[in-house]
Amino acid sequence: MEFPMSEWLENHLPKIVLAPSFIAVLVFVYGFIGWTAWVSFTRSKLLPKYEIKGFIQYEKLFASPRWDTAFENLFVFGALFIIIAMVVGLLLAIMLDQQIRTEGLIRTIYLYPMALSMIVTGTAWKWILNPGLGLEATIKGWGYNDFSFDWIVNSEMAIYTIVLAAVWQSSGFVMALFLAGLRSVDGEIIKAAQVDGIPTWRIYTAIIIPSMAPIFLSAFIVLSHLAIKSFDLVIALTGGGPGYSTDLPATYMYAMAFSRGDIGQAASSAMIMMLVVFTIVVPYLYSELRTKNDG
Amino acid sequence: MADLSFDQTQQSKFGKTTLRIILYVLLTLFALYYLLPLFVMVTTSLKSLEEIRTGSLIALPREITFDAWKIAWASACTGIQCEGLRPYFWNSVLLAVPAVLLSTLLGALNGYVVAQWRFRGANLIFSLMLFGCFIPFQVVLLPMARLLGLMGIAGTIPGLIFVHVIYGIGFTTLFFRNYYVTIPSELVKAAKVDGANFLRIFWSIFLPLSLPIIVVTVIWQFTQIWNDFLFGVSFSQAGTQPVTVALNNIVNSTTGVKEYNVDMAAAIIAALPTLLVYVVAGKYFIRGLTAGSVKG
Repeated sequence: MEFPMSEWLENHLPKIVLAPSFIAVLVFVYGFIGWTAWVSFTRSKLLPKYEIKGFIQYEKLFASPRWDTAFENLFVFGALFIIIAMVVGLLLAIMLDQQIRTEGLIRTIYLYPMALSMIVTGTAWKWILNPGLGLEATIKGWGYNDFSFDWIVNSEMAIYTIVLAAVWQSSGFVMALFLAGLRSVDGEIIKAAQVDGIPTWRIYTAIIIPSMAPIFLSAFIVLSHLAIKSFDLVIALTGGGPGYSTDLPATYMYAMAFSRGDIGQAASSAMIMMLVVFTIVVPYLYSELRTKNDG
Repeated sequence: MADLSFDQTQQSKFGKTTLRIILYVLLTLFALYYLLPLFVMVTTSLKSLEEIRTGSLIALPREITFDAWKIAWASACTGIQCEGLRPYFWNSVLLAVPAVLLSTLLGALNGYVVAQWRFRGANLIFSLMLFGCFIPFQVVLLPMARLLGLMGIAGTIPGLIFVHVIYGIGFTTLFFRNYYVTIPSELVKAAKVDGANFLRIFWSIFLPLSLPIIVVTVIWQFTQIWNDFLFGVSFSQAGTQPVTVALNNIVNSTTGVKEYNVDMAAAIIAALPTLLVYVVAGKYFIRGLTAGSVKG
């Protein structure tokens, strides 16, 4: 017979083991979000103040041209990045699904950028895109003197260099997701369609791709999440410049928090980022968890 | 998936061959796009500055020199200090190893509880932890900076380990939970009947079954923590910066002549550990990526 104390312990041990992590998440995720939310409604500047003053920080934020650029960039960059990475990823997956002899090698090549830090990616592309010595100079050196590729120093075009590098980094990953999806489609249905003489492209557009809807959704979630969090890539590739032209909310927040000493602006911009993530992720997580509990 | 090459009967042999050639050409072009930056990084790092100025970006080095590598490792300037990447590389090691081990261990225990010892509210707790994986970390940067200051570990490596463990638990718990959910609950019941307790069942039954998911989680966490920049730049100071922050400082330091070969050598050094993991254990790396995105 066990002692009641150790029996109590044994019965509650699962909860005791989970408790520290749960408390940590409560405090450091939810508590901290609460703190940031609170401070975003105050007049905090260099030091946090806790007296609520309403929406002044948000008014200031949306009146700031720098934030305007950053927020607009998020949508330009996010949309292009997500669409191009998905199209490239799907295309590569379909091409690789045609019994390619060197599939393993090609997959390894397409996917390795995902193992790199965004700082490394940014450093490499910064060098390649540098007009004086990089790609532009090389192509001019081949005799095409009119060739110009100065996006990285052009404030109108610099945001597209971020898209270019981000797609380079992440499209191989999207390919891996789609390839796994293609391979999980029921082979019998495809065989039946082939027997009926349906052309291959129709099999893809009418049968395979529609059945991969959940994978499109996960790819979309992951990519939009990457887009909103993009910080390191901008810092390494353009530093937010020229001027503020490639600022994103993440770099705006960082600048306010750590170089401008404007905690109120940092907190309110972080809350806007949080809201954007919320509107994308919450419906997804909710439906995921609900289907799991039903099943 | 079943046979799905372009082998429709109505297609002529000629058309089939042409399609295959186009396919291989496209695949090769994409391979070049992915390899170009790596190729340029490696060749640039082996050139002298003189050759970089006069030669072409994609030309092979005429004369191979490892000077840039030596400078990047031991004497490049990251601001006022000029000790190269070496000290920061070790900072990253000192930071990543404990943070990976701790977050993996906690994830294994949490996943075990959530998957096999369900109690009322366990699902809610798991959902709340899962959501923590998705927050943009900007929303916790300010209070965390203050907390680290209050705890007296601001700007230290233990401080960074603490941050990485806290914000890594969500993912590691998710990985182990999804793995342990597939183990039949009868196993736990039978072991309980035999008198095994909570920890003993974990230690002698679950842990020995867990090698694949441990590898996936360790690789995932290592890649995340090694490549992290946001926490590194926000919560470190001059001597404790991780390698990504030092790399960025070398590349974006404005003093003196721009040494592109040193920048590239430094970038490769910073990338080597995770690249190595990818080459050696790519299968597990990909499994982590897809497990992190396809829930359930």
